[in-house]
Amino acid sequence: MNNSKRYTLSGIEVPEFLENYDASRSNPGEYPYTRGIYPSMYRGRLWTMRQYSGFSTAKETNERFKLLLKRGQTGLSVAFDLPTQMGLDSDNPLSLGEVGKVGVAIDTIDDMKELFDGIDLSKISTSMTINAPAMILLAMYVVVAEESGIDPKLISGTIQNDILKEYIARGTYIFKPEPSMRLIANIFEYCTKEYPKFNTISVSGYHIREAGATAVQELAFTLANAKTYVRYALEAGLEVDEFAPRISFFFNAHNDFIEEIAKFRAARQMWAKIMKDEFNAKKKKSQMLRFHTQTGGSTLTAQQPENNIVRVTLQALAAVLGGTQSLHTNSMDEALALPTDKAATIALRTQQIIAKESGVTNAVDPLAGSYFLEWLTDKLEKEAGDLIDKIEKIGVLNAISEGVIQREIQESAYQYQLEIDRKSKVVVGVNEYVQENEIVDVDILRVDEKVESEQKAKIKRIKKSRDQELVNKSLIALSEAANNPEVNLFPFVLESVRRRCTIGEICEILLRVFGKYEPTITI
Amino acid sequence: MGTSRIRVVVGKPGLDGHDRGAKVVARALRDAGMEVIYTGLHQTPEQIVQTAIQEDVDAIGLSILSGAHNALFKRVMELLKQEDAEDIFVFGGGVIPNQDIPYLKSIGVAEIFGPGTPLDKIIEFIKKEVAKKRNT
Repeated sequence: MNNSKRYTLSGIEVPEFLENYDASRSNPGEYPYTRGIYPSMYRGRLWTMRQYSGFSTAKETNERFKLLLKRGQTGLSVAFDLPTQMGLDSDNPLSLGEVGKVGVAIDTIDDMKELFDGIDLSKISTSMTINAPAMILLAMYVVVAEESGIDPKLISGTIQNDILKEYIARGTYIFKPEPSMRLIANIFEYCTKEYPKFNTISVSGYHIREAGATAVQELAFTLANAKTYVRYALEAGLEVDEFAPRISFFFNAHNDFIEEIAKFRAARQMWAKIMKDEFNAKKKKSQMLRFHTQTGGSTLTAQQPENNIVRVTLQALAAVLGGTQSLHTNSMDEALALPTDKAATIALRTQQIIAKESGVTNAVDPLAGSYFLEWLTDKLEKEAGDLIDKIEKIGVLNAISEGVIQREIQESAYQYQLEIDRKSKVVVGVNEYVQENEIVDVDILRVDEKVESEQKAKIKRIKKSRDQELVNKSLIALSEAANNPEVNLFPFVLESVRRRCTIGEICEILLRVFGKYEPTITI
Repeated sequence: MGTSRIRVVVGKPGLDGHDRGAKVVARALRDAGMEVIYTGLHQTPEQIVQTAIQEDVDAIGLSILSGAHNALFKRVMELLKQEDAEDIFVFGGGVIPNQDIPYLKSIGVAEIFGPGTPLDKIIEFIKKEVAKKRNT
């Protein structure tokens, strides 16, 4: 090894050593919350161990949920299949081959009831990775509570509801940006009042990072998106301190250990300053950046997959040292298929070992005062801040529709791959320490192809047994409400869900009024 | 025809939104001198095959990370046959378990490139296949 310049994964030049760095941070629990949002952090309460899971039918996913809870998981996180995420029913021709594959198939409230069967929704918090049709799935969750005799005011959890990063990086968009932003503002308004314990959005850098962004880009684009939601809600007439406390975030924990810890700390101080100075938020809770973390899926390798357990451990440790509120640890087999029970259990155990054996939870923000960490925290804030300014000059929605943000991310992704191909970036087991003639011998989970036909038959049954007149009435009312931008759509969606309308039927009505999003294709 | 530029459609069939890999590969093929048509997300097999025929391409590259690969590759192969366009060869990548590769090859898929494949390997493969095709 030579002694040439060294860089973080984001390309920040790393000083060999710092003689000193005076960060003068305020205490944990104090503005701008660099050291954590709570004074006692994990001494008071551990992070929520929340493994993203879902596949096949609601019944099978319900069994996986119960298994994870039995093994000590403390919150639920639902993965929906792609048809559900795209607002399509399982019997839509576009759903061919996708039903129950990357998540659980949900068509009507009856599926949702099966999904949470035997789970007390007033006691557990549930996170749902759902965006374009977020309102429909949250309405379903509410109706599950209603129909099992639980006061919906008691439900808690998070819906992702972050459409901007779908346009940028994740791809499950349906409607055009303007009406999509209206749906989000409607959710902010209705849910803050009716379901006060539910986080109405999880502004996500995770997928932006997975698409190839650097840590700086992840920070900048996520916070720029979050600011866009805040502005939109303010324009819709909401008070900042009413909705802002329910805004949450979702970040990636990638490979560069110190840079990732610095990123989480930088995110907190940036958001606090943005909310206080730019949006004049008074409540502490409006200024606190609360976040979920998932370890970086794209860092996992198909080669020597057991090594992924080590990668996940390091990434998870960075998230904990960065003060995360909840955490998903990836399973070692995710570059191959969906996780098996065994792999999912090891991933959960990884969190439990960090929480209960490593001792890192005993002191709050234990790495504070490290010259390099503190310097890097401020450096990331500065670089991400500059990038936010650059994007806001164009306007976030413009930058998305013109593909500016997408191109920046693609450029980073391409450079990353070239560095791996050139071996200037080492990936153990892939471009160095390769095992010749390796036979990857791990069990993988397979989703039965029968799920698709089972779901189709179920939709048929439900359509036969429901009161079609009430269905039609609710859909007509929804259509009229959608045509009037002044109306909050949540109660109308709620009514359609109660009447056993399918996700596809509800989205079809909205699509007719809102129009389909046509992306700018960039490579 | 023998020395004209290689033309490739890179497609994202199905509902999968993960396009990092597709875009990186598309860019690499372009940088290697090929003409690349990237379809964008959420394409049906019908749309992809139509594009391939209209654009008179040598190859179709499909990227699928959603687990729907068996159904979607099969549909594309059927359509190429129906359209009498079997001279277009099909390769792919994404999250595709090794256990599924024999099946995919049995229906005529030329090659599957899993996670961690160096870009050069894909480029070389396409060049070789096209040369074979053009020499016959």
